[in-house]
Amino acid sequence: MSVTTTAAEAAQSSKALSVQGLNAWFGDHHVVKDVSLTALRHEVTALIGPSGCGKSTFLRCLNRLHEEIEGARVRGEVWIEAQGAERLNIYARDADPVRMRRRIGMVFQKPNPFPGLSIFDNVVVGLKLAGVRRRVLLEEAAEHSLKQAALWDEVKDKLKKPGTSLSGGQQQRLCIARALAVRPQVLLMDEPTSALDPISTARIEELVLRLRNEVTVLIVTHNMQQAARISNQTAFFLMGELVEAGPTSRIFTKPQDTRTEEYITGRFG
Amino acid sequence: MRGEAGLRAMQARDWRRRWHNRAATSILSIMAVMAIAPLFFIFVYLFIRGAAGLSWAFFIELPRPVGESGGGVANAITGSAVLLALASAGGIPLGLAAGMKLSERERGPTSQMLRAVIDLMTSVPSIIVGLFAYAFLVVPLGGYSAWAGGAALMIIMLPIVARATEEILNLVPDHVREAGLALGLPRWKVTLMIILPGVKAGLATGVLLAGARVAGETAPLLFTAFSNQFGFRGLDQPIASLPVQIFTLASNPDEISRQMAWTAALSLVFLVFIVNVITRLLLRRK
Amino acid sequence: MGRGSSPPPPPGLGSGPGGSGDSSDPATPEIRSGTSRGDLVYRWVLRGISWSIIALFVGLIVLLVQMSWEAWSHYGLGFVFTNQWNPPLEEFGAAPFLVGTLVTSLLAVLLAAPIGIGTALFLKEVAPTRIAAVLAFLVELLAAIPSVVYGLWGIFVLAPLMREDVQPLLSRWLGPETFFANALGHLFTGLAYPFVLIGSQFGWTDVSLSILSENMQRLSQGLMDGPPMGLGLLTASLVLSIMIMPTITALSREVLATVPDSIREAALGLGATRWEMMKLALLKTGRAGLVGAVLLGVGRAMGETMAVTMVIGNRNEIPTSFMHPAQTMASVLANEYGEASGLHLSSLAAVGLTLLMVSLIINLLARGIIRYLEKKA
Repeated sequence: MSVTTTAAEAAQSSKALSVQGLNAWFGDHHVVKDVSLTALRHEVTALIGPSGCGKSTFLRCLNRLHEEIEGARVRGEVWIEAQGAERLNIYARDADPVRMRRRIGMVFQKPNPFPGLSIFDNVVVGLKLAGVRRRVLLEEAAEHSLKQAALWDEVKDKLKKPGTSLSGGQQQRLCIARALAVRPQVLLMDEPTSALDPISTARIEELVLRLRNEVTVLIVTHNMQQAARISNQTAFFLMGELVEAGPTSRIFTKPQDTRTEEYITGRFG
Repeated sequence: MRGEAGLRAMQARDWRRRWHNRAATSILSIMAVMAIAPLFFIFVYLFIRGAAGLSWAFFIELPRPVGESGGGVANAITGSAVLLALASAGGIPLGLAAGMKLSERERGPTSQMLRAVIDLMTSVPSIIVGLFAYAFLVVPLGGYSAWAGGAALMIIMLPIVARATEEILNLVPDHVREAGLALGLPRWKVTLMIILPGVKAGLATGVLLAGARVAGETAPLLFTAFSNQFGFRGLDQPIASLPVQIFTLASNPDEISRQMAWTAALSLVFLVFIVNVITRLLLRRK
Repeated sequence: MGRGSSPPPPPGLGSGPGGSGDSSDPATPEIRSGTSRGDLVYRWVLRGISWSIIALFVGLIVLLVQMSWEAWSHYGLGFVFTNQWNPPLEEFGAAPFLVGTLVTSLLAVLLAAPIGIGTALFLKEVAPTRIAAVLAFLVELLAAIPSVVYGLWGIFVLAPLMREDVQPLLSRWLGPETFFANALGHLFTGLAYPFVLIGSQFGWTDVSLSILSENMQRLSQGLMDGPPMGLGLLTASLVLSIMIMPTITALSREVLATVPDSIREAALGLGATRWEMMKLALLKTGRAGLVGAVLLGVGRAMGETMAVTMVIGNRNEIPTSFMHPAQTMASVLANEYGEASGLHLSSLAAVGLTLLMVSLIINLLARGIIRYLEKKA
């Protein structure tokens, strides 16, 4: 099922991410069934659904992390914007997963700064891997991403401290800064606030709203209120299928599928 | 991302990174091969040289005087069995007890010291254990004996069994113990009657592996059990063992002894391998 | 396990959780209401056994000290660094064996550590699961081979190989008067020069520079000097490295397994290649644990007796070349203990005590590092 957009909307923003017919398996277990979804630029798309419905697996297919698991398979196409108006299928035969992952950043459920590195080193590690060496560039990029992640003021005096010395909420924002530093076009977030307290959660939701202007965000969340708060588009997954996707306001007030309605109103899941 | 020239530079960098990745992966593969290669190297030779001397007589007969052909290592086989039995008689119960005490995770001085001692004991070179047993049991009792050898082996076996027991017991989730306690059983009954039987397979594995390790020890027996050309003559007499016999045979200059050394080594390794395979199967069934 | 923090058991339930309480806290009364007698017996039996084991270990050390006392009182602590070993003349000193042990162990670890850690990385990241399982099992088998069998193989297979093929080769390329030896000698001298310069400020003369240079040259010329015997330092180090490599591999695998998957995925997610991910997520994170694993390997190498005794050539002098026969602390004990008496015996016991102390210190170091790692995580 693909998203229907009005002509006006299509004219205004372009598709940052276009998934077509994505299927994924764990061995013989078919966990993502023929999903097609589009995320527009400057949009936040929330992926909701009960536990085990495949939304996290779907997300991990978008940066080709799923195939790293032994026995896992993926079929389908995922198109992202490349230079200018060009589009790139990250699953093209000649596409290098390593390079593709630079365009698509990921933030995980549990904050995971690299233990051996300082705050500064954590933020710029992606850049260093990509070959950026000049100190000045690194420092600029670090400051910029840390500001984007609303962490700069809190850490600017202790950039040399280990990344793990921060609190949980701060660590997660550090991971967001780390992902943003390589300037990805799309940011994937896999339940980024589920391990955090309400205040840290609120701060991260705030910064996601601001990030919208610079990256396209796809966020998996268990929390429907969170989806309602921060997303433009919501996609509802159930048992590996994309049941329904559309503007968030519509999904939550006038869902077109009964299954969606049942989930939203809490009849199951 | 950064303009045309930047893009080309980035592509060059990417190519280099991919090359490094491939090179590193290949080197790691080579290292793994190098790690395994000696196993085949050794095993092939063991087989080639040792198989020639295999015969029933080899396992049943006592050794002949040096230089004479024929004879076997029956004395060493029975000796090893006796020593292993002695070592296990002390090593298994004491090791189990130590492992149980350690898994209780108490914070008192006894537990701390026990943990440190068990850990340090595993790093004591086996020959030092032999020295200790010599001073403690050989000198006062006036001679080499199976007791002394068994005691030395027991000291080596104990920490291995203790460590394995502790690890296995720690794997048992707390709620199993709590369920037993909730039934109104005293703590010690829960441990002995509910928890221990539940980890039987794991404990058996640990004990078997400890036994296999101890069965291959030579150094601690050199001045405790020493050796004996005859069969079992009593626990207070010196006694032969397979590893020591291999050592002695290897040190003799004649070809017959050397051949026997190879065959004895093949037998010993074969036994040890069997134990390892058995423990693997035991673990898999669990 | 819920110690100390659980509420006292309600009456009538026998011993519930916390019934045996924090048995080692002196402030807590030993007997609480509700503790069964069986529990007391159980606790005391365990405690008795624990104390016996501790006493055994302490007794071991005490006995060693007692056995070696004569040597220590005769030579003092300098015994460890005294370079002599002459039983007929009753002159003893542990230096030859200390050098033998250190050189063989360090060389063995130099070879075994990269291969061990590399194999662990291979098993975790490169090999498909099924192959990794088989390979891991094979490595375990290597670890199970008794020391005396390694020694047997060493004498009759490796030593002839060394004597006939490897050592002549080494002699030709690295032996005395080769380019390598000359270059090394100059390198040593060059490295020592700054120290001599500084020393000359404190009163050393230029003479010392020439003496130093001469000795460095001699040392470098001698590294691969000597007739190819097959037995000796190099062969022993090789056998040792094969023996400790499975230990290092197994321990490294354990260390790598403690790195949480999400760190690995975070590295991959940033666009790192496999190798970059290994460097970033595994090696960097597991640094301390890997060092601990290598140290434990060193400890194991130092304590190895039989295989070393059988291939090291048993010469009680400090070796000046890798091709020379030598003796380690463990091997001299195996060789001479049986027939020694008096000062000889006591000196051997002193060597044993030294070996024990070195092994224990290394083990403590490794434990300390591993505990430091766990605290940081």
